[in-house]
Amino acid sequence: MDNAETTRVDPEVVEVMRLYMLEKYGVPIGEFGSTMEEESSEVLEGAREVIARNINANPEEIVFTSGGTESNALAIKGVAHSKRHEGTKVVASKIEHLSVLDTLRGLGQGGFDTLLLDVDGEGFVDLEGVRRSVDGARLVSVQHANQEIGTLQDLKAIGEVCEEKDVLFHCDAVQSFTKEPIDVEKVGIHLLSVSSHLIHGPKGVGALFVRKGVHPEPLLLGDDREFGLRAGTPNIPGIAGFAKAVDLVNAETVERMRGLRDQAIDLLLEIEDSKLNGPRGERRLCNNVNVTFRYVEGEAVLMHADLEGLVINTGSACYSERLEVSHVIRAIGGTHEEAHGSIRLSPSKWTTGGEIVSASEILGRVVDRLRKVSPLARARRVST
Amino acid sequence: MSFSMARRFGYTDLVIEHFRNPRNIGEMEDADVTAKVGSVACGDLIKLYVKIDDDTKKIEDISFESYGCAANIATSSMMTELVKGKTIEEARRVTYKTIAEALGGLPKVKVHCSVLSRQSLDAAFMKWEVKKGLREVDERFVRKILRGVLDPIEGVDIISAKMVEGIRVADGKIEIRLSVEEGTELAKDIEEDIKDAFEGTPLDLEVRHHKGTPTA
Repeated sequence: MDNAETTRVDPEVVEVMRLYMLEKYGVPIGEFGSTMEEESSEVLEGAREVIARNINANPEEIVFTSGGTESNALAIKGVAHSKRHEGTKVVASKIEHLSVLDTLRGLGQGGFDTLLLDVDGEGFVDLEGVRRSVDGARLVSVQHANQEIGTLQDLKAIGEVCEEKDVLFHCDAVQSFTKEPIDVEKVGIHLLSVSSHLIHGPKGVGALFVRKGVHPEPLLLGDDREFGLRAGTPNIPGIAGFAKAVDLVNAETVERMRGLRDQAIDLLLEIEDSKLNGPRGERRLCNNVNVTFRYVEGEAVLMHADLEGLVINTGSACYSERLEVSHVIRAIGGTHEEAHGSIRLSPSKWTTGGEIVSASEILGRVVDRLRKVSPLARARRVST
Repeated sequence: MSFSMARRFGYTDLVIEHFRNPRNIGEMEDADVTAKVGSVACGDLIKLYVKIDDDTKKIEDISFESYGCAANIATSSMMTELVKGKTIEEARRVTYKTIAEALGGLPKVKVHCSVLSRQSLDAAFMKWEVKKGLREVDERFVRKILRGVLDPIEGVDIISAKMVEGIRVADGKIEIRLSVEEGTELAKDIEEDIKDAFEGTPLDLEVRHHKGTPTA
């Protein structure tokens, strides 16, 4: 139950990809290409339309990339490095994905003026803070849904501030794409990152919406593909699969995931000394559950759960390669202990209610088992 | 059942086995000495309980409680197995490397767990010796105990992190000066961990922090 990390590819997507790998394996070259080249050109432009339609953009505003990380880099680095003389200030929220935060760190080392926005206890960006701090900025980058605690930002309000202050607005919508509706026109977004592998599409494919008139500097050079913004042979099977995955999404599955999410939250909060991280209801991503269990450390929880066949995720430092605790839980005011004990579950369209019940039973058992041997749990029992 | 995740982490089957079925786990009511090392903030904490025979100095019984990852639990479990029944002198020859090797090795990022479990043993022995009047409370003792207190941000002990500015020991009173700003979350966490580390010793402890620069 770790579908915010990645998802299983839908068999129908695999079918489409097979076709473009085994039979129609050409790549678009020029205006008068062979039949195979034409077929690939058709599927590429068709996919562009599918993505564009989903976010109410024009197909010429969609640039295919290798995924969310590259889309974020192209948007942020690309805008920062273009017209550098017009300003060097770049702003993002503190709870962005590391591909955004590390890009900002890199820009900071390169002499840019970077600023991170605070969030409240549920992870919402402080709008007054945005208003106060974006003067003179080139770009503001705020995600749609948070990758750990599912907070859905009020993009419209942030877009309004950006418009008022004449700042470009980039949104990392990798987690929310197709799960929550997004209209780049209405919201006033200039750049939007999306990815394929979280919606049962293949890994290694994503896209960046670049509004007409916005000209980020390309990261990759060598040809004029993707409107001159991304050189390299396009990943035709991947792009075809991505478009198919978008086609397969329907409102019903999203509604079902909301139900599973709320069921999981209710069941997990029945475990003693637990706490929900992030908001409830409409302002939370449809498939995100994040609960902190006090007195236990997440890696040990994960390991026991994995041995029982349940795959989940944690914000504990012990689980991260950098041995750093979740920056998201810390940013919403959580203590180190609350971050170490935070557990994320993310159901998919294939998850069942029965699986939610058994997942919460497993977690209940594991947490209880670890608390029995935790010196902290004993301290608690003694103190109450 | 799959060991996939644990294996991907680089844990040996023996680490997984000790994690799932830890030996010598749980509180010991009649322990002669306890030692708490690590920190909640680091997600790495061990409380050790030891019974030591006054005459033979043999470890009659040993147990631990853990707040930490699989490696924390497995290394503590193995450490207690390795030293049980040994004399203090023999047990001191068990190094963190011995513990890691006995488990068939540890992933690089988890080696600090075996260091911490070894540290808990050191702290317990020293505290026992102080309790029995076999060891003088001096700066060296205080420093050694502080080796078991971690800087939550860097994950290294506060001596290595150069957070300890001064130690004064006089008439059973210990004064520790830290380079941490007074009133911060960090100062509170570390002070609590230091007090826990000296718990059970009949000593009067005072921790001083830097006075914060007055805000305008």
